[in-house]
Amino acid sequence: MSAQKLDLSLYGVLIAAGILVPLLAPAFTSQMAILWLMVLMAVTWDMTGGQMGYNSLGNIAFFGIGMYASAVVQIGIVYDVAEYTAAFGAIKVDFTVEQYWTGLLLGIGFGGVVATVFALIIGPFMLGLRGPYFAIGTLGLAVAVAELVSGWSYVGGGSGISMPVFPGEAASGSQVFYVLLFVLAILAHVVIRAIYKTRFGLAINAIRDDEDKAEAMGIHTTRYKVTAWMVPAFFMGMAGAVFGNMSGFIEPLEVAFPTATFGIFMVAMALLGGKGTVWGPVLGAILFHIVKEVTWTHLLGWQWVALGAIIIINIVYFQQGILGWAQDRWPSLFGVTVDEKTTRTGQAEAAK
Amino acid sequence: MFDNISILFQAPIFAVDLLVQGLLIGGIFVLAAYGLALVWGVMNVKNLAQGDMVILGGYVAYQCTLWGIHPILALPIAFVVLFVLGWGVYAAIIRRVVDRDMFTSLLATFGLSLLIQQALNLRFGPEVKIAEAGFGTFDIGELSIPAIRFVGLGLAAVLAICIVLFMRNSRMGQAIRATSQDPRAARVLGINTDQVYAFTYALNAAICGAAGVLVAMIWNIQPFYGLVHSIRAFIIVTAAGLGNLPGVIVAGFGLGVWENYSGFIFGAEFAVAAVVGLLVVVLMVRLFQMYRLRQVVR
Amino acid sequence: MSGSLIEVRGVSKSFGGVVANKEVSIDVAEGGITGLIGPNGSGKTTLFNSIVGYHPIDEGSIKFKGQEISKLRVPDIARLGLLRTFQQTRIYSKMDCMKNMLISVSHRDEGLGSMFGSMHDRETEAFAEELLEFVGLYQKRFLIAGELSFGQQKLLEFAMALMNRPKVLLLDEPTAGINPTLINGLIDRLKRANEQFGITLFVIEHNMRVIMNLADRISCLAHGELLATGTPDEVQNDPRVVEAYLGAH
Repeated sequence: MSAQKLDLSLYGVLIAAGILVPLLAPAFTSQMAILWLMVLMAVTWDMTGGQMGYNSLGNIAFFGIGMYASAVVQIGIVYDVAEYTAAFGAIKVDFTVEQYWTGLLLGIGFGGVVATVFALIIGPFMLGLRGPYFAIGTLGLAVAVAELVSGWSYVGGGSGISMPVFPGEAASGSQVFYVLLFVLAILAHVVIRAIYKTRFGLAINAIRDDEDKAEAMGIHTTRYKVTAWMVPAFFMGMAGAVFGNMSGFIEPLEVAFPTATFGIFMVAMALLGGKGTVWGPVLGAILFHIVKEVTWTHLLGWQWVALGAIIIINIVYFQQGILGWAQDRWPSLFGVTVDEKTTRTGQAEAAK
Repeated sequence: MFDNISILFQAPIFAVDLLVQGLLIGGIFVLAAYGLALVWGVMNVKNLAQGDMVILGGYVAYQCTLWGIHPILALPIAFVVLFVLGWGVYAAIIRRVVDRDMFTSLLATFGLSLLIQQALNLRFGPEVKIAEAGFGTFDIGELSIPAIRFVGLGLAAVLAICIVLFMRNSRMGQAIRATSQDPRAARVLGINTDQVYAFTYALNAAICGAAGVLVAMIWNIQPFYGLVHSIRAFIIVTAAGLGNLPGVIVAGFGLGVWENYSGFIFGAEFAVAAVVGLLVVVLMVRLFQMYRLRQVVR
Repeated sequence: MSGSLIEVRGVSKSFGGVVANKEVSIDVAEGGITGLIGPNGSGKTTLFNSIVGYHPIDEGSIKFKGQEISKLRVPDIARLGLLRTFQQTRIYSKMDCMKNMLISVSHRDEGLGSMFGSMHDRETEAFAEELLEFVGLYQKRFLIAGELSFGQQKLLEFAMALMNRPKVLLLDEPTAGINPTLINGLIDRLKRANEQFGITLFVIEHNMRVIMNLADRISCLAHGELLATGTPDEVQNDPRVVEAYLGAH
C-alpha cells in the first residue's frame, strides 16, 4: 500500500469514527470533543517541536489568546466589554440567534488571527533562542501572558468572563462545538501534512538536524521558523475560541492558559506517539486520552502524580515514541532503502 | 501605577524599606540559583524541578513545626532529607538523561516538578503555609523589619560559605570541578563520574531544601509556588552566566529588589507577571548581545 | 587572470589574549583554485570563519565581489554565493540523502511564496541525482544521511555545496579522514567542479601532495600571520615555509 493510500484510509477511519461515535453513543460526545482538541494540540505542537526541533512549552499561550480574542469580539459586537466584565456576570446580555452565530464565527476567525499575529510578533525574538533557552523562554512567556490576563480588568481579570449562551438546547450546543473541534482537528492535520510535502517541510527538518549548517547553506531560517510557529498558533487560536464557547465560562489559569495540564499534555502526547512523524501525534493523543479517561477516576486524586510519573517514564525510557520506534525497527516500511541501480541511467541489477 | 511611584518619592523611607526587604529575600534566591548553576555546569542538566525542591524543603520545615521542632532546627533536617531524595531522583531518572539532548532533561524534570507539586497538594492541601519561627520585628530608625529576615539572610550566607569552601577544598569538590571541565578526562583519571553526578545532584537538592526552609520561615509556601522559584533561578543563572559566582550573587539580590519594587509599583496582581516577564527580558538581552557577536544563545 | 573574488585586507582576530590572525591579506582569484596551508593552530580555520561570518573580526576588511561582508551574518553571506564546508562534516543526519540535496538548492532570490513551493520539480530532482552520481552516492540516495560512513558524508556535503551553485566554495580540509585510495578521485572531482561548474575554490589542506596538485596559488599562514603567497612551486621552495613546517620554534 502506498503512503498516499495509507494516509487516505487513515483519514477515512478518523472521519468515520468522528461521525459514528457521537451518533451511536451520544453520551461520549463531549469526551470525543476533548479528544479532537487534544489531537489538534499534539499535531500542531509537533510542527514546531517534532519537525523543527524547537520544543515549545508555551504553545498553550496561543490557545488562551485565541479564546480571549473571541470572547472580546463576541461580546463586543453587542455590548461594551469593560462594563460587561466589571459586572462579574451580573449583566445578562440576550444575544439574538443571528448575533450569536455571527459572533461565534467572527470570534473563531479572530481568535486564530490574533494568535497568529502574536506568534509573528514574538516569533523572531523567541526563536532566536536555541534548545533549553527556547523551552524555558516559551514556558515563561505562557506563564507571563496568563498572569497579565489575570491582572487585566478589561477582560475580567482573575474572575473571568461568561461567554454568550448557546441559543437552543444544550445537547445541540455540544454537538455544534463537537463538530467544530472535529473539523478543526482534521483540517489542521490535512494542512500540516500538505505543507510538510513542500520545501517548507524539508527546511524545518534541516533546521532540526543542524541549524548552523542550514544557516551556512543560506536557508532563510528565521522566516521558516516563525512560519512554523504561526501555523500552530493559528489552529490553537481557533481551537481556543471554540473551547471557550464550549466551556461557557473562561478564566485565565484553569481554562485559557492551563500550562501544567493541556500545555504539557500536548508535548507528552506527541512524544508518546512519536514526535516528528505525521501520524505519531494523532496516535499519541488517542492513546493518551483513552488511558487518561479509563484510569483517571480510579486513581482517587493521585492522577496528577501519576501523570508526572507517566511523563518521566515516557521521556526517559521511551523517547522515540511508538512510530519512532517502529521506524527504527522496520526502516524499509518508511522508504529507507538502497536503490539497486548504480547509476541514474543504468539498469537495475535485480531486474535481470 | 504612577501614584505608587510618586508615593516612593514622597516617602523615601518606604523606598528604603522595599530595598532592604528585597535584599533580604534575594539571599535565598542566590542559594537556589547557585544550585541550578552547579547541576547545569557540571552535568548539563536543566533542572526545572528546582523550585519544587525549594517548596519541598519548605514543607519539611512546616511538618517539623507541626511536630514541635523549631524551623531553624529543621534546616539541617531538610538538608539531609533532600540530599537523600536528590540521590534517589538521580539514580531513578537523572542518570538516564545526563548524556541525552537538553530537552530530555528539561522535560523529565518538568514531569518531576508536576509530580512533586501534586503530591504536596494531596498531602498538605492548596492553602498557603508558613513555618512560624517566632522572632519579633527589628527596628532601625523608622524601619521595622521582621528579625527572621536577618536570621534568614545570615543562615543563607553561612550555608553559601560552607558550600564554597567545600567545593574549593574537599576531595569531592575537586572531583566535581574536574568533571565539569572534562568528564571524559576525569573518567580516564579514575574519577567515578557517576558518583560525582549523583553527589552534585543530591547537593543541589539539599541546597534547595535548605533554601526552602528559609522561604517557609520568612515568606510563605504553597504546592504550586515551585514554578516561579524555578523561573527565578533560571533568570539569575541566565543573567549571570554559568560559573560566575559573583554574578549569581549580584543578580540574586537584584532580582529580590526588582520583585519588591515591581510588586509595589504594578500592584500585587502583577507580581508573578513581573518576575516571569523579567525572564523574557533577560533572554532577549542575551539574544541581542549574542547577535552583535554574530552568535546565538544556546 | 580575472580579478579577485574575495579580498581579505589586514584582518586581525584574537580570542581573549590569543592572537589567531594578525593583519592577514589574501586574494582569491575568480575562477581559480586558491590553497591555504599552514601548521596546526596557524589560524586557517579562524580566517575561514571570519570570511563566512562566524564571528566578528577585530580589524580589517573582507570584500566579496567588491562588497564589504565583514559585518554580515552567516546566512546572508551564504546567499551571496559564498559557501563553506566544515572540518567536522555536517549534514542533515536524520534526512535521506535526496532530501539533503533538495533542501540545499540556492536560496538567493527566494521570495516568501517559494517557502511552500514544491520540492519535486523534475529539474531540481534531476540535478540532485546527477550530483549524487557525480560523487558516487546515487545508490544510497534514500538512505538516512547520518548512517553513511564518514567519507561518504563528506562526499554528500560536497555534493550539497555544489547543489547550491555557489560562486565560491570554501573547503576546510576536504581530504581529512578520507581513505587515501579515494583521494585522487576527490582531487579529480574538485578540479571538475572548478572547471565544469565554474566554481572558485578556496581550500584549506594539510596534505601537501593534494594541495600542490590542486591549487594554482597558495598562501601559507604561520602563527596567525601571512608568511608567503605564490604558485605551488614558489611556496614549496620558500625557505620560510619550509622552516615553519619543519623548523623548531
